[in-house]
Amino acid sequence: MIIEPEQDAIVGKDETDGSTPVADQTALPPARVEIDAMLRAILRDVLALDQDQVDGFTHDTGLFGHLPELDSMAVASLFTEMEDRLDIIIEDDDVDGEMLETYGGLLTFAETRALES
Amino acid sequence: MAEEMVLAFDGGRSHRLLVIPALFDEAGKMRRQTVEVMHRLNLSGIDSFLPDLPGCNESRQPLDKQSLAGWRNSAQAAADEFGATCVLTLRAGALLAPAQLPGWKYAPLTGPKALRALMMAQSISAKEAGRASEEDQGLDSLAAAGRIDGVRLAGWHIGAELFSGLEQAVALPDSQQAIIDQDDIGGSGLWMRAEPGENPEQADALAAIIAIGLIGR
Repeated sequence: MIIEPEQDAIVGKDETDGSTPVADQTALPPARVEIDAMLRAILRDVLALDQDQVDGFTHDTGLFGHLPELDSMAVASLFTEMEDRLDIIIEDDDVDGEMLETYGGLLTFAETRALES
Repeated sequence: MAEEMVLAFDGGRSHRLLVIPALFDEAGKMRRQTVEVMHRLNLSGIDSFLPDLPGCNESRQPLDKQSLAGWRNSAQAAADEFGATCVLTLRAGALLAPAQLPGWKYAPLTGPKALRALMMAQSISAKEAGRASEEDQGLDSLAAAGRIDGVRLAGWHIGAELFSGLEQAVALPDSQQAIIDQDDIGGSGLWMRAEPGENPEQADALAAIIAIGLIGR
């Protein structure tokens, strides 16, 4: 329930280290590459997408409101799978428009939570 | 005990498999696939029985009057009625498996995880509907309400007795039933999908594990 503002700042700063905001996996440290790959696999499974499709996701790829498959029940599936596979806990207060709006937003959230756990 | 419907492939054969369905929204998403698996087992010479749990599917019983113990009794009663020699459970159906029956648990789920998925769906849909500020739609509030009065989660009216039962429920760690993970089947589990579906390759894989286990081919 408690979100430390500093946590967001750390991730934000981390992201600016890369030269490009798109999902350039080679520029990411190993742990981030792993979370990125797991998150893509979860989206692939929950939304029944092809691996090629999720591989093509960039930080700016729209999720909620952009993918018709992603209704509230699918969001719940997405979150329960994220909790299971990334070993994180998602609280009520975490769920806001920004977190689900783009792939980058969701990845940042997942990384933040994974750092905390 | 009230009568419930059953979907059966009954050829009076020696291997008789009780199939315990997934629960709540996953029941709907998995049903076609479940029947696909039963159809394949029938072709392999294995009888199978998929009973409705009270309050679920075609049942005329109210869901909010059910309990975990009641569902376990129903599963046992179905096993006795059809002379089941083995059991296959799907997802949270694992929580209802008669302990003495040998068999398989496909991608089993604990009660708390089954509830959490429903509570998340409820909380998210409340936010979607612009009721984000309503405190009674938070995860903690939904759980508190569920324990005392029961609660409606994503359209499922779960009574206090069932809610409390599920909160405590984990599948018994007995050796009678082997766990089949999704990795053993390949692909992604159909319970995650937005719409009910079926997958022939996954049905083949699941049926093959059971047929090989029972008759060696």
